[in-house]
Amino acid sequence: MAQRHEPVNRRQGSTAAWVAAAGIAALAAVPVIALAASAGGDGGLTLGAPYIARVLRFTVLQATLSALIATALAIPLAHALAKRQRFPGRALLLKLFAVPLGLPQLVAVLGIIAVYGRQGILNDILAPVGTAEMPSVFGLQGILLAHVFFNLPLAVRFILTRLEAIPPENWRLAASLGFRSREVFRHLKWPHMRMTLPGVFALIFMLCITSFTVVLTLGGGPHATTLEVAIYQALRFDLDPALAARLAALQIALCAGLLLILQRFSMMVAMAPALRARAPRPDSGDRKGRLGDGLLILSGALFVALPIAGVVIDGLKADFLRLLGEPLLWRAAGFSLVIAVSAAGLATLAAAALASGIARSRGLKAQSLRITGNLVLLVPPLILAAGWFLILHRHLDPIALSPYAVVVINALMALPFALAVIEPSFRISFQMHDRLAASLGLEGLARFRLVEWPALRSSLALAALVAVLASLGEFGVIAFFGSQDLVTLPLLLYQRIGSYRFNDAAGIALLLLGLCLVLSWAIERRSPASLRTS
Amino acid sequence: MKRILLALVLAFAGLVPVHAQESLTIYTYESFVAEWGPGPKIKAAFEQECACTVNFVAIADGVAILNRLKLEKAESAADVVLGLDNNLVAEAKRLDLFAPHGLDASKHSAPDWRDDVFMPFDYGHFAFVYDSQAIKAPPRSLAELIDGDAPWKIIIQDPRTSTPGLGLLLWIKSVYGEKAAEAWRKLRPKILTVTPGWSEAYSLFTKGEAPMVLSYTTSPAYHLIEEKTDRYKAAEFAEGHYAQIEVAGIMKSSDHPELAKQFMRFMMGPKFQDVIPTTNWMWPAGETSKPLPKEFEQLIVPTRSLMFDPQTVAQNRRAWTDEWLNATSQ
Amino acid sequence: MRAPVLEVKGVGFRYEDMAMEFDLAVSAGEFLALMGPSGSGKSTLLSLIAGFETPERGEILWEGRDITLLKPAERPLSIMFQDNNLFAHLDVRTNVALGIEPSARLGPKDEKRVAAALERVGLENLARRLPGELSGGERQRVALARMLVRRKPLLLLDEPFAALGPGLKKEMIALLKEIRRENGFTILLVTHDPNDARATAEQTAFMHDGRILAKRPTQEMFATTDIPELSDYLG
Repeated sequence: MAQRHEPVNRRQGSTAAWVAAAGIAALAAVPVIALAASAGGDGGLTLGAPYIARVLRFTVLQATLSALIATALAIPLAHALAKRQRFPGRALLLKLFAVPLGLPQLVAVLGIIAVYGRQGILNDILAPVGTAEMPSVFGLQGILLAHVFFNLPLAVRFILTRLEAIPPENWRLAASLGFRSREVFRHLKWPHMRMTLPGVFALIFMLCITSFTVVLTLGGGPHATTLEVAIYQALRFDLDPALAARLAALQIALCAGLLLILQRFSMMVAMAPALRARAPRPDSGDRKGRLGDGLLILSGALFVALPIAGVVIDGLKADFLRLLGEPLLWRAAGFSLVIAVSAAGLATLAAAALASGIARSRGLKAQSLRITGNLVLLVPPLILAAGWFLILHRHLDPIALSPYAVVVINALMALPFALAVIEPSFRISFQMHDRLAASLGLEGLARFRLVEWPALRSSLALAALVAVLASLGEFGVIAFFGSQDLVTLPLLLYQRIGSYRFNDAAGIALLLLGLCLVLSWAIERRSPASLRTS
Repeated sequence: MKRILLALVLAFAGLVPVHAQESLTIYTYESFVAEWGPGPKIKAAFEQECACTVNFVAIADGVAILNRLKLEKAESAADVVLGLDNNLVAEAKRLDLFAPHGLDASKHSAPDWRDDVFMPFDYGHFAFVYDSQAIKAPPRSLAELIDGDAPWKIIIQDPRTSTPGLGLLLWIKSVYGEKAAEAWRKLRPKILTVTPGWSEAYSLFTKGEAPMVLSYTTSPAYHLIEEKTDRYKAAEFAEGHYAQIEVAGIMKSSDHPELAKQFMRFMMGPKFQDVIPTTNWMWPAGETSKPLPKEFEQLIVPTRSLMFDPQTVAQNRRAWTDEWLNATSQ
Repeated sequence: MRAPVLEVKGVGFRYEDMAMEFDLAVSAGEFLALMGPSGSGKSTLLSLIAGFETPERGEILWEGRDITLLKPAERPLSIMFQDNNLFAHLDVRTNVALGIEPSARLGPKDEKRVAAALERVGLENLARRLPGELSGGERQRVALARMLVRRKPLLLLDEPFAALGPGLKKEMIALLKEIRRENGFTILLVTHDPNDARATAEQTAFMHDGRILAKRPTQEMFATTDIPELSDYLG
């Protein structure tokens, strides 16, 4: 008789997930409610205003286009990278792909300007040829360019991880059954990609919804305004926290809807434990394919590397001898590291708890866990900060508390990244080991240590890396709490610009970039060889 | 490696704030306390004078300071708030948190300002700064900028999110009044982009994306003094320039009112004021011990200073911002 | 002794720091069990025969024809692993159909073959199920059905019963033997379990440390005392 694969111990072990979810929801929702209940501003603007409708339209438009383009480009690129497991520079390229995530938006914008701007590299190349100037980067095209630069590498990493997790037996079967590349794609790769695509799309969509600096700076005018800008405006210039909270709620509802819709396209591939063996790649054969993949990888590499090179070239102008001699810089670097690493640890832990819960549940339960983990991204950090401040400042010293608050808020912001990385791995691991573990009476921490941890180490490491990078570039929260002792690299960078020290700022951007690479190298070195990016 | 470890240890140590016995808590904006800003020198100078500890709380910018006060009200730890500007004081006064400063309200050099609660410590005027290598004949008036047919573009900031952006909005309003929307419509094609803040705009400008940017009349002083170049200049406009006046005030709830008053007196004196020009890059509003650096003589000094009174700004800001949005969005 | 149909001649292969060397002859219709401790090279030998690995030297012959460098799909064999024999997102019918045509688009005649194969393994009612909805034994039977429709004379089975309980295993072995009788397959079975070998194979080869130490009739092999490694292995 056919027996459906039913999780055996569904209730056990998901307690952690529900505790985590409740904690996260409370951390994110309480400040929104506190602000919504606080005294409003001049009441000049309401949710129904035509202005808000216009902003909403543009927000959805640019986020949808950005996520579509980034995901669509990531598919062939990840596919080519999966096929070409060995070429010089592959490992470095994948490390480079971790960098954009860790850059403050302003730095990335300046990198993009260095390539595509009026005085950019491309125009320098085109000018002597006598071709017309590059089209302006300012406008919707500039926003999309920057968003794809930020998110394409992220999407590639996610999809690639999934492709590399296809069991070698399947490759061998494909070889044995004489699959051509079309069938390999249809029967092997596409199902695995499909497993990760809805999540990737949703994550990018949400990141672009909350985009602020990129949208305003490259947008070319106030028609390019996102809800995040409206929230910022409500919170700051209109001094209307209640409206800001309502706008944040609107943003959350919008994305919750999207997540629910995407859920229907998500599909799980059941897998058994895989051989640890090399497998032939029937898709890597002919020369034409190799050339095509080479070109694809080269364009992808250039697309990501050129703006980074722009940041590097700019950064080399800095007076490093003086800059590196400044104790403040080292302190800022130290703070950035401490905050990013603590936040990432917290985020990974919470994501692991949620993911194990999602793996164990179905339907509504799994969805509410997933949505809880994702939607915190949509509560603007400023709202989290202001809301908690409103609640706590009477009882506690906000300045003494600020470092911890910054860590917690950064962790919340990084959570969706971590979750997107580990959720599929948890689901697979659960399918593979759940019955066995249950039959052996393995539970709780022992089970995590013996079953999940060895199987999931590498995706936990990737999750931690992504979370570290995501909180490294963040700076808004620190500026809100304000303390002369608490300076991170992105904050220091803005401070230097504020005092016209553009070369210093460029140097700091370069250091931040270096830090991303070092972290990427250090964290991935610790993951098991089988999934290392080499 | 050791240095990194040391830095990490220091970073952890920094997580624990140190409290001195007699301390003056000053809320101010981020760039004021940055080590290239005036903060460090002013802290040192005042601590010498008062035998106390100055504790700066650096909050993003003036608007954020005001928001912080709205949240904290009378429970605020602040003794002195330093860094609100003329466009924010009406809102700040409505909170009813500030005490009179007790100084002679007329003894300062900021234009058109007399107030018992908020004392100006520096001021400046908004101006369009241009790259003289790219623009040989800069516009001589706002009208020329708006109506002219020069091929180059300008970078401005968003009035919804930044102080200079709001400054330009008020500048154009004060010159064009009812016709401001039309002026914006004409200016629109000349705008390359509207950035969220000054940092993004000025970065794009120095990268050569556009030869003209909205900034301050004092911006060229930095390039003259620190970079020894007169390439970047401010364009003087015949209609006058809109003023930004930065002010400080004493909190009613302060536990150290005398110390706070002492700081306000100090603020208007040379030890504070001497630092301002080359760190905050604004004009000092109080008395300095020596003439300003000679490069400040090369700066344009507006013949007319434009400014709405704070009450008018507070009442109309929303409507004027909407007007701007409508004029520039289509 | 019948003429060998599969010959592995002096095939050398190096995996990490282990050097292996294989010599083997299998006659047509033979059921050969490959036994030996973990890491003795059993699965590597199957991989070499299947074409997943290329030998450094030596040759592999099928009916006297050199197949050493043929692509896996061009070799006269089907293979089955312990797990992951099915494509998880495709239903049972399609997984079997892949054995006839990689696009899985079949004409009515081939569809009938698929249906017949499924009926032969007793899964005719589960054609629309996804592998995730089947038990471990059922999944292996689907893989067996696919081997049937492929009509390749050589079956390579890499521990196909290892994950099955005793009852299911017994069923599978019975089914396998019937199918072999009906189709005249030559079978190489990698197994850890002496009982599997006893229950299925006429011949058993014992492997140790990258070498085939002996190949004898199964009964004889288990009575052997002159190979100390084998005695150690059987305990």
